[in-house]
Amino acid sequence: MRLAGDSGDGIQLMGSQFAVSTALSGSDFATFPDYPAEIRAPVGTTFGVSAYQINLGGGPITTAGDEPQVLVAFNPAALKVSLPLIAKGALVIVNNDGFTPRNLAKAGYDSDPREDGTLNDYQVVAADISHLNLEAVKEFGLSKSEGGRCKNFYALGMLLWMFDRELGPIEAWINRRLASKPTMRDANIKALHAGHAFGETAELSANISQFDLPKAKMAPGVYRSITGAEALALGLAAAGELADREVMFCSYPITPASPLLHRLVGLQELGVGTFQAEDEIAAICAAIGASYGGMIGVTSSSGPGIALKTEAMGLAVSAELPLVIVNWQRGGPSTGLPTKTEQSDLYQAVYGRNADTPIPVLAASNSGECFDMAIEATRIALRHMTPVILLADGYLSNAAEPWRVPSMSDYDAIETNALPDSDDSPQRRAFSRDETSLGRPWVTPGMPGLVHRIGGLESDSETGHISYDPANHQRMTELRANKVDAVASYIGEQEIEAGPECGDVVVVGWGSTYGPIYQAARKTGASFVHLRHLNPFPSNLGEVLAKFDKILVPEMNNGQLVTLLKDKLCIEPESFTKVTGHPFLIGELVDKIESLRGKAV
Amino acid sequence: MSTKLTAKDFATSQEVRWCPGCGDYAILRAVQTALADVGADPDKTAFISGIGCAARFPYYVDTYGFHTIHGRAPAIATGLKLANPELNVWVVTGDGDALSIGGNHVLHALRRNVGIKVLLFNNEIYGLTKGQYSPTSRVGTASPSSPTGSVESPVSPGQFAMGSGTHFFARGIDTDKKGMGDVLQQAHAFEGTAFVEIFQNCIVYNEDVFADFTDRKTAPDTQLHVKHGEPMLFGENNSKGIHFNQDTLALEVIDVTDAKDEVLVHDERNPTIARMLIDQKTPVALGVIYRQPAQSYEDAFYAKHPTQMKRRKSVADIIEGPSSWTVD
Repeated sequence: MRLAGDSGDGIQLMGSQFAVSTALSGSDFATFPDYPAEIRAPVGTTFGVSAYQINLGGGPITTAGDEPQVLVAFNPAALKVSLPLIAKGALVIVNNDGFTPRNLAKAGYDSDPREDGTLNDYQVVAADISHLNLEAVKEFGLSKSEGGRCKNFYALGMLLWMFDRELGPIEAWINRRLASKPTMRDANIKALHAGHAFGETAELSANISQFDLPKAKMAPGVYRSITGAEALALGLAAAGELADREVMFCSYPITPASPLLHRLVGLQELGVGTFQAEDEIAAICAAIGASYGGMIGVTSSSGPGIALKTEAMGLAVSAELPLVIVNWQRGGPSTGLPTKTEQSDLYQAVYGRNADTPIPVLAASNSGECFDMAIEATRIALRHMTPVILLADGYLSNAAEPWRVPSMSDYDAIETNALPDSDDSPQRRAFSRDETSLGRPWVTPGMPGLVHRIGGLESDSETGHISYDPANHQRMTELRANKVDAVASYIGEQEIEAGPECGDVVVVGWGSTYGPIYQAARKTGASFVHLRHLNPFPSNLGEVLAKFDKILVPEMNNGQLVTLLKDKLCIEPESFTKVTGHPFLIGELVDKIESLRGKAV
Repeated sequence: MSTKLTAKDFATSQEVRWCPGCGDYAILRAVQTALADVGADPDKTAFISGIGCAARFPYYVDTYGFHTIHGRAPAIATGLKLANPELNVWVVTGDGDALSIGGNHVLHALRRNVGIKVLLFNNEIYGLTKGQYSPTSRVGTASPSSPTGSVESPVSPGQFAMGSGTHFFARGIDTDKKGMGDVLQQAHAFEGTAFVEIFQNCIVYNEDVFADFTDRKTAPDTQLHVKHGEPMLFGENNSKGIHFNQDTLALEVIDVTDAKDEVLVHDERNPTIARMLIDQKTPVALGVIYRQPAQSYEDAFYAKHPTQMKRRKSVADIIEGPSSWTVD
């Protein structure tokens, strides 16, 4: 289903409430918020269209859906933008009141698509949603604009009827959210009921039957709806709890990374602090300062901001301080497509620093997994005393999905390296290393008797003092590389996500393309290998991939993982790229797999 | 601390590597002496620096120390102070580090009033990169990057600090032991950001650039050491004073022999006087020019934090969110 309208129409709110209602009804779902970069783009224009896509059903849902079968379009622009994306025969609900001559012209329609045959291939329900909504809330004496703002709940009421959903949870949510504005609260509840009643009465086209989704087969447990930003925030707080350290989150606002900051502000009672820095560089530097002071320093941004942070990452590598850096990737270069998703910062994460400055890189594949990956990133940072980059993206930041709530007792405590008992100088003790992880103890100012100096000048491998000795620099460069390589001995072996262990085609993916690749692999019987650790790779990855004739790598960039696989494993994968700002469609992946097999598509 | 530490106890084993005769040596001694005098605990003291000649400083002070990257020391010190407000955090920086590449961080540290002591070693030149003009260099400074003389107007560290909303601004001269000792102790005692401009002589690239007022022979007539609540007197036998001319709205030097009442009394809380003193050329104002006590950033941060950064809840208490459901 795709909901689309002006950015001021409340589409995102309507979509997220429908997602909650889907979850409560026991169906699985995945969502794809698709909104413009402008806060309130000019009304009625195609570039101002805000949309929310949700895929729901009985089987396991791993994507936000290929071709929506229901479209709600609040105006001609929303219809124009969405029509190429939806399935033929889909149900199209249009708001007649949005189809004024002016709006038709703004959307670039010469004639009314409701009448000129454009919608012949679809089931159309045209309703005067704005007008009916205003009638429904007339009794509250609201202004036209206030009353108009209830129309998303009117439309939501219609959808809830169509999908046989309870109104109760949404009503409870409105009650909570608008508790301080009783008139707006009552008006929205009235609109919700009126929309529902509209769906139920004969006023709606008779050939549209109610949708009744089977309940999804999900593993037993407690579930909630969660976005990637929510899960990552909880994961960072959980990492703090597992390490028994406070978390200091330092960031500068940027799309689409800011939701994490907003979520963490709400988790202060879990020992979390947030610092809004003056710029991206100050944000990572303050996080490094916090780590130097003994808290878990975390910073977060999107590609352009991460670029500004790179010098400071080198400092954390040189000084051997723990740090978690989250990158919510978006389309680029430069400002690029701030609200659209891309996976194009992989090079930046793995290679993008001056000198030989290796950093471990992880990637989360879905919203719920952001929780585990935040813990994993922190664990690596504290064990190896290194900055760690966690790649997420704009899609994960906002997309909601059901998440089986884990138990904190399932996670091991996060350990730091022990300070050796010895008569050595504090300077030497601070740079003593664990033989396996090569991490040093986390000695912080305030600890008695351990006064020492650290810095960004090359340091002696044993004392940490400034050293310009040529052999020492060779040794330290190798040590920094070995330290990141050492991560591989802790992360376990690469497993196969779906399909057989050997065969003709294996599809290799990373990050938020997990869903469509998983579905395409299942449909074609191809195998699927999904990477959560991108630097270093799991040590057996080469072995796993060698058992297939062909390796297909679909990516939302211009072939970056392919380069990385060639570089590290000396293999020649087939690249399949998509950089439209929209997720892969299952269909196009299936076609690609089949064509690789030499079958006619 | 059972025995009182001396300045020597704050020296490290590292060989000091500034040019012979550099003003930094005198500042290092003054800081080590001040740390001993205020009874600083090395375990709870940290020196943070950026890049430049001055930035080597932490390696020579036997406390915790972190030599970081160009211009970013105030941001790193802010994070450190937030993580552990108990620490005594000093930032050592130069005119390029603080006012060119790191200007933004100084601005925001000052307006936030983070509890850090910022020592700006101002020598009006880039030393470590071999003598290019800096943001505090005077117009016409001839240097490798401006052989016919620079054309840029210099920034005034004091006016920059005042404009950024500093709560403490003081000045000292590298080799003036007494003046430096006093200024450093006042900075140490201040709760918010203490911003100290130190006139530091670079003997290689900008020698004697401050000689017109640092020369000991002429010092009585060229230096004005201000003290809160005391009349601004200077010259041999305090024969001269600073007067506020109400017609020109400017400071002027007067002979005090028969005009003692006309001498302006220093009020360190008055930002207008502070701004005029910062621009005063002869004599040059030294000492604590402006001090306006206010809550430090870290105090405000912890006061506003619902649990003062303590963990009062487990993730398990809230992980299910506002609405959850059970699948059997």
